[in-house]
Amino acid sequence: MVETTIGLDSFRNSEDNNEKEENNDSQPKKKEIKANELAKKQREISIAEFFEKNRHLLGFDNKRKALLTTIKEAVDNSLDACDESSILPELEIVITDMGNDRYRVSVEDNGPGIVKTQIPKIFAKLLYGSKFHSLKQNRGQQGIGISASVMYSQLTTGRAAKIISKIDPTVKAHYYELKIDTQKNKPEIIQDEEKDWSKDHGTRIELDLEGTYQKGPQSVDEYLKQTAIINPHVTIIYVNPKGEQIIFPRATDKLPFQPAEIKPHPYGVELGILIKMLNWTQTVTIKKFLTTEFSRVGGKTADEILEKAYIPPNTKPNKVSREMAEKIIEAIRNTKIMSPPSDCISPIGAELLEKGLKKEVNAEFYTSVSRPPEVYRGNPFIIEAALAYGGTLKADGGVNILRFANKVPLLYQQGSCAMTESISKTSWRSYGLSQSGNNIPQGPCMILIHIASVWVPFTSEAKEAIAHYPEIIKEIKLALQELGRNLYKYVAKKRNVHEELKKRSYIEKYIPSIAEALKELIKYSDVEEKNVVELLEEMLEKHRGQIDNMDFDESKNEEYDEEFAKIGREEEEPNDDEYKEVKDE
Amino acid sequence: MSEVIEKITAEAQKIYDNIKKKKRPVLESPIRALSNVKYNVEDGFFELKGSKKSRTLTASSVKTFAQTLKMMALSKEIVEKNDIATKREAYYVSKNWGDARFKEQPESDTVMDDIEAMLSVNREKLGFIPEEKGGDIAGKLIIIDKNPDTGKEIRIDCTKFGSGAYSIPSSVEELKFETEAKFILAIETAGMFQRLVKHNYWKNANCILVSMGGVPTRACRRFIRKLSDEMNIPVLVFTDGDFYGYFNIYRTLKVGSGNAAHINEYFCVPKAKFIGITPQDIIEYKLPTHPMKEVDIKRGKDALKNDPFVHHHKQWQKAIKQQIEMKARAEQQALAKWGLNFVIDNYLPEKMKKRDTWLP
Repeated sequence: MVETTIGLDSFRNSEDNNEKEENNDSQPKKKEIKANELAKKQREISIAEFFEKNRHLLGFDNKRKALLTTIKEAVDNSLDACDESSILPELEIVITDMGNDRYRVSVEDNGPGIVKTQIPKIFAKLLYGSKFHSLKQNRGQQGIGISASVMYSQLTTGRAAKIISKIDPTVKAHYYELKIDTQKNKPEIIQDEEKDWSKDHGTRIELDLEGTYQKGPQSVDEYLKQTAIINPHVTIIYVNPKGEQIIFPRATDKLPFQPAEIKPHPYGVELGILIKMLNWTQTVTIKKFLTTEFSRVGGKTADEILEKAYIPPNTKPNKVSREMAEKIIEAIRNTKIMSPPSDCISPIGAELLEKGLKKEVNAEFYTSVSRPPEVYRGNPFIIEAALAYGGTLKADGGVNILRFANKVPLLYQQGSCAMTESISKTSWRSYGLSQSGNNIPQGPCMILIHIASVWVPFTSEAKEAIAHYPEIIKEIKLALQELGRNLYKYVAKKRNVHEELKKRSYIEKYIPSIAEALKELIKYSDVEEKNVVELLEEMLEKHRGQIDNMDFDESKNEEYDEEFAKIGREEEEPNDDEYKEVKDE
Repeated sequence: MSEVIEKITAEAQKIYDNIKKKKRPVLESPIRALSNVKYNVEDGFFELKGSKKSRTLTASSVKTFAQTLKMMALSKEIVEKNDIATKREAYYVSKNWGDARFKEQPESDTVMDDIEAMLSVNREKLGFIPEEKGGDIAGKLIIIDKNPDTGKEIRIDCTKFGSGAYSIPSSVEELKFETEAKFILAIETAGMFQRLVKHNYWKNANCILVSMGGVPTRACRRFIRKLSDEMNIPVLVFTDGDFYGYFNIYRTLKVGSGNAAHINEYFCVPKAKFIGITPQDIIEYKLPTHPMKEVDIKRGKDALKNDPFVHHHKQWQKAIKQQIEMKARAEQQALAKWGLNFVIDNYLPEKMKKRDTWLP
């Protein structure tokens, strides 16, 4: 794990160096040219190898997952692009079975399109992207995703990726066939032409790759369904390899709140990044550097930091040594700095979250919560959660968990996710679910958790599980506790009604025995016995008011979509113990 | 009409009248617990202090209400027919009651105890008898019973059971006695009773031996009470030297229990005295002991704190404290350390002479 991070970092650094050279910056490290060359050489031999060795970290561990990851990366990119341009997304996804475990995947969006010169870099250069350097709530983060898919496609089928993109109705579309030069991590352009495309704007990518299509809980079908749940403003038209067309129509025309891009917060900055930023910056003094490159650092705060670090405010950033940088980091830790702004986060909202859940399961009770923004390591984040209980949900087995990060469903690695840990470490027994020790609670329950952040900390580049930051776990637990309290209210009410009904049935049951016993004891007539029964019934029942009907009414949930709910549930995958399947019947 | 039937009918009538008046009927009975008794020193038994629990007819009490009334009706029927039913039989009769039937016998036993307390008559008078054996008798006593068929008197000589014994019946009210014994010796364990019978201890000591077999049954307590009252002979109690022997056995026999406080008046033996094994005996006879467990010690501390009988008797308080300090208990059989018949040849004769070693 550590090795990999170092590996990726070295890519980044080399890449940064490349760009710097292109930019003709004034600070080339001429003395280190030999070392630089060495580093380059290392990278050049290892890029394909690196991918081969680390494909599990990128989500290509097996053929089934490779297909899902490819779809996922393309969809993430399309949705990010649409959201940034305030376009209501409409995606068309087609997977065609070409035999011999080969599939052709095409993902088409109505997004803003991509400028011609950028297309090769975005799709055929690893670690290129707009997202890595910015702190903004995005689906994609690293700039690995789609180019990794292109690489995988190329490695397994030898075919080029076909991309067409159009940025405006008035211009023609650009069509590229691209491969990745695995020696140099550079795009290799196979074909480049202008084409007519009926779309006003948008992008379409087509890849051939080795994969396995299977329905079930970790399928493409399930992934797209969950994407639709968590992105109610998206329309997806999907044709699976069996030729079945599934349409997920948008549930709302309202565009989600457009999150702002923020500068990093000082609390989240580590030494390496700080040094890199110091090299990069256009600012001329260290004080200016602190106030412009970071959020929530004003003149006063910058002075305080620099004073604590014993560094004069007018020091040039590129003259800051490693030791000085270390002092700055320490000074930052000892300075009180305001939390980062939270307008950089776009939550889904408790209401829409609940609506999505209602579509998926027909339960008796729903509740949802959206927590206020919180911060981990200088990164603001928001936790949202929803819970469904009872109805058609199965009462035995662990509760079902739906996990989302920045509006992307997480289907794998449930066991090692901070969300799962938070669920296990919440005490559900006091909320009416059974639970043994620190395990996942049992009961007819589905829990949905969403984390939105400018930087979601995943346990790996495959972005399958959330890392275990105490601040995040604490927030998730607080959200779960709120859901739990609401759940308990419902469960307690249901139990009371049940008790009340039992008591009422007691009245019916035992009054005749009282009248009968009294008849044996004081010998009255049969007519009088009936009379006593009536008197007793009147006496006991008149105090008992109306009670709510708590029986499950299948037709009550109008949001519920049976066809929708079925998706991803048809075929159980016996080898996968990570995900417990829900079946309605 | 017998007194019991009158009481049952009156209670039923009261309930019926309330129903007619559209008032919720109430069942009332004394709380049966040690906290609700006081030690009546004059008459020598635990009597009720007067706290009562009343159960008003509500949706949640309707089941118990129905079962209580059905049980009262059953009692009335049994008494009218001059029959009896064991507690277990009563439980089975309830199986005819439809929804009001009992699921397990403890439920019916509780209802029975509540009726007993409510009407303050003992269970036997309601026609219900326990399953348990009453206890064994051997020694210088003639019991006059009746032949169940003919009603003719039968004289039972308790000296003539050889190595066996006479068994106390569940109802002892009709029995009569003839004896010239000097005292009654009530013994905790059947084993010790066997030894004393085998060696004709009763002959030499001129006494009546009673085997209680643990906590004495009501019949056993009533038998000893009746015998000692009518024949005017003292009662001595011989148990293990532990808190179970002192309180669960001896104190229950002498003054009654908290749970059955409503009937203690008839089921106690106020003149009983405790001869052993006392904590002091353990020391003086150098008896082999077992360490006391936490629960045993707790029983002693509870007695010091909550038992009105212990509160009244300083000697008992001293004995309990002494034993808690020793943290040890000794069984009756521990006397065998000094020889199997040490108890007959030495211990009992010595204890008989030294009245000051007894506990009240």
